[in-house]
Amino acid sequence: MAVKLRVRLTAYALSFLALAAGSSAFAKERVTPKPARQESSSKGASNPRGEVLALSCSTCHGTDGKSVGIIPSINGRSAAYLEAALKAFKSGSRYSTVMSRHARGYSDDELRLIAEYYGTVSHNNK
Amino acid sequence: MSHNLSRRDFNKLLLSGVAASAFGVLGSSTSAFAASSSKKVVVIGGGFGGASAAKYLRKLDPSISVTLVEPKTVFYTCPLSNWVLGGLKTMEDTAQNYTILRNKYKVNVITDSAVAVDAARSTVRLKSGQVLGFDRLILSPGIDFKWDAIEGYSESVANSKMPHAWQAGPQTILLHNQLLAMKSGGRVLICPPANPFRCAPGPYERASLIAGYLKAKKPNSKIIILDSKEKFAKQALFKKGWDRLYPGMIEWRSGATGGKILKVDAATMSVATDFGAEHGDVINIIPPQKAGKIAFDAGLTDASGWCPINPVSFESTIHPGIHIIGDASFAGAMPKSGFAASSQGKVAAAAIVRLFQGKVPAAPSLVNTCYSLLAPGYGISVAGVYKLTVEGIVEIKEAGGLTPIDADDDQLREEANFAQGWYNNITRDTWG
Ligand SMILES: Cc1cc2nc3c(=O)[nH]c(=O)nc-3n(C[C@H](O)[C@H](O)[C@H](O)COP(=O)(O)OP(=O)(O)OC[C@H]3O[C@@H](n4cnc5c(N)ncnc54)[C@H](O)[C@@H]3O)c2cc1C
Repeated sequence: MAVKLRVRLTAYALSFLALAAGSSAFAKERVTPKPARQESSSKGASNPRGEVLALSCSTCHGTDGKSVGIIPSINGRSAAYLEAALKAFKSGSRYSTVMSRHARGYSDDELRLIAEYYGTVSHNNK
Repeated sequence: MSHNLSRRDFNKLLLSGVAASAFGVLGSSTSAFAASSSKKVVVIGGGFGGASAAKYLRKLDPSISVTLVEPKTVFYTCPLSNWVLGGLKTMEDTAQNYTILRNKYKVNVITDSAVAVDAARSTVRLKSGQVLGFDRLILSPGIDFKWDAIEGYSESVANSKMPHAWQAGPQTILLHNQLLAMKSGGRVLICPPANPFRCAPGPYERASLIAGYLKAKKPNSKIIILDSKEKFAKQALFKKGWDRLYPGMIEWRSGATGGKILKVDAATMSVATDFGAEHGDVINIIPPQKAGKIAFDAGLTDASGWCPINPVSFESTIHPGIHIIGDASFAGAMPKSGFAASSQGKVAAAAIVRLFQGKVPAAPSLVNTCYSLLAPGYGISVAGVYKLTVEGIVEIKEAGGLTPIDADDDQLREEANFAQGWYNNITRDTWG
């Protein structure tokens, strides 16, 4: 019983951390401003939260943001360009069919993390 | 959402299973945190969820050894299978394989089925008798049908007279051949189940594209949708499209107006409803569904027939160390789609990498977009962004939504183009 209780309490603490570490709804933490150029690998990922958010994008934009079809590639774009584009989709100032419906689901901090991820992901990783 | 989680909220979190990965971090109950160098992950099922998870595990951390168990060597996707029924694509266009996962991502792909999972020993037994050990297991077995839900329907009826075509492959070909053989002026019945089921807009895209084929090749034919539901996904957009493209051809009956089917009779090719019998020249029964069989056998399902999971890592709340993704999981507000399955596969992969490093997984956001084609150049979509809260996975109200009902022809054309573009990218993102 005592052992069980300790595990439960630790679990409480960790589950709070799991949320707090990642969710901007809980914490508006700053991120390292200049991430190093990275492979899309967790080992080198400068921000795990940015990575897990950014992996969603590849479903439409292709692995590492390299599109093979009509949907625009986001690989090779700078973080600044991507952040501005995502914010314009979010505000509706830039026309889109579906992007503004997605961008509205993220805080400005989260959009910046996503932009930084694709702005630094390897551009020649086949 | 509040910064000060009440004790009740914490309890909810714990119940929703967020703590399960914390147990993994602590290494309290499984071999998941053994301090050995090369971690082993076994993935069961090489569909949208499983193939994505296998690829991304290897991409995110090449030190992890990944084995993917899948009985098929060619995987025909459900996405685009309605386009095949409408004569717009061939089966070949929907075929995926495991060559790139094997050769480029060095996933150990085993062509076999998993028949038993031993959660306590962390092993999986395959049909061949081979036993695989794992540090963590991912299950993405997709759906199984509740064969006993509709009197008169069975697997053998599905394979001979009344296909479901809700798993792509031979079933798609059977339904397609029946449509090709049908007489002009015939009646097609499509019978979708109650929610939740795989691909909520799928039956209505199917009706649209079959109508497109019939309009061109077999005029005066009719499609009747006998639905168990009172409303359906993207309803206003579909109905507007049907009026524009196929006036008078598609009739939709809700459950309360005779849509609910009580039994089927393969011998007379008819279905019974509260309002009497309906005959069809082609009858497509889409039965109610549940998680794939191996999830039941492994004791990972609850009373709902789906697998409860911790929304941070998609780890089972029943057996820590085992993650369930895709249609088989119960993922709160997320729909059962290939997009969702792939998104979940990547989230589970990223979480597992962190857990192996002894770190807490980052909170994910999950996304979905489902395109439906009503005709070449006429596409619509529904999108959703989902967030983890104390209530589990919930849809973010400010985001997502449908193609506007007053979308002009340019936008509908653009969405149709994106439907194809999406298919090209998700299949490469998933199978390499
Ligand atoms: C007509 C139709 C149209 C659709 N269109 C779309 C669309 O446009 N967009 C979209 O996002 N989604 C669409 N979907 C939904 C999509 O197909 C599913 O949601 C998706 O396939 C779910 O992925 P999954 O990994 O859970 O299961 P699946 O993709 O079905 O993969 C499961 C795999 O597990 C394997 N398996 C099962 N049991 C075992 C075992 N014991 N051992 C080893 N392997 C096993 C199976 O062989 C199978 O290959 C559509 C579905 C239908 C029916």
